[in-house]
Amino acid sequence: MPKTALIKVRPRRYKKGQLVRIDSVIMHPMNTGLQKNKKTGKIIPADYINDIEVFYDGEKITTIKPTQSVSANPYISFYLKADKEAPLKIVWKDITGDTTEKVIKIKPKG
Amino acid sequence: MNRRNFLKMTAISGAVLAVSPKLLPNTEAKAEPKKIPYEKVLNEITGGKTPQDSADVKLIAPAIAENGAVVPVKVEVARPIEEVKAIHILAKKNFNPRSVSVYLSPQNGKPYFSTRIRLAKTMDVVALVELSNGEFIKAEKPVKVTIGGCG
Repeated sequence: MPKTALIKVRPRRYKKGQLVRIDSVIMHPMNTGLQKNKKTGKIIPADYINDIEVFYDGEKITTIKPTQSVSANPYISFYLKADKEAPLKIVWKDITGDTTEKVIKIKPKG
Repeated sequence: MNRRNFLKMTAISGAVLAVSPKLLPNTEAKAEPKKIPYEKVLNEITGGKTPQDSADVKLIAPAIAENGAVVPVKVEVARPIEEVKAIHILAKKNFNPRSVSVYLSPQNGKPYFSTRIRLAKTMDVVALVELSNGEFIKAEKPVKVTIGGCG
């Protein structure tokens, strides 16, 4: 099941070739596989994101490999050189085989 | 060796053999998953090289984190993006010390990464930076945790 994801570009208005910061958050429990359910006493099975890929104009620019030691609802932030008008796609994959995709448009002005 | 001595020796060795398996410690593997040591993870990433402490790596993390489940960590490297290949964030005493690995490319424009990690208890957070010439530089910072976040 795809999860809810959010991508934001800072600052909101930017020129061609400017460095912009990409902030993104995905709603994901990131279960470590070590915690126990307090009511039933059973171990909650591991379920965490282990692969995030960033594509800009169809080209893979960044690969991020998180593990269990990343907080729930993982927030990631990195820079991007906005030198062309192209879509930016982020793909999240977790160990249970779930894939979430989110595409935004990079539109430099001026 | 005469007959008397031979009998004595066999009796002693037989007795030792019968007792020895009970003296051995119980070596059965435990059912619980094992904690991964920090040195092993560091070796896996660097391939045996020793990372140098450097002022070029800027690790921004709170000195006291009240909740270990959410600790904001920011890494900045004062080097051109072409020289930086990857950034690894490690937490020394976590169950899995390798928190996150980021592989950058020149399109990123700036070697910067920020995320939120979990810390089980008070420990050192390490930012390990892999340079394109194969060298490693790092920065460390102790973070105090009041409530652990790793279950």
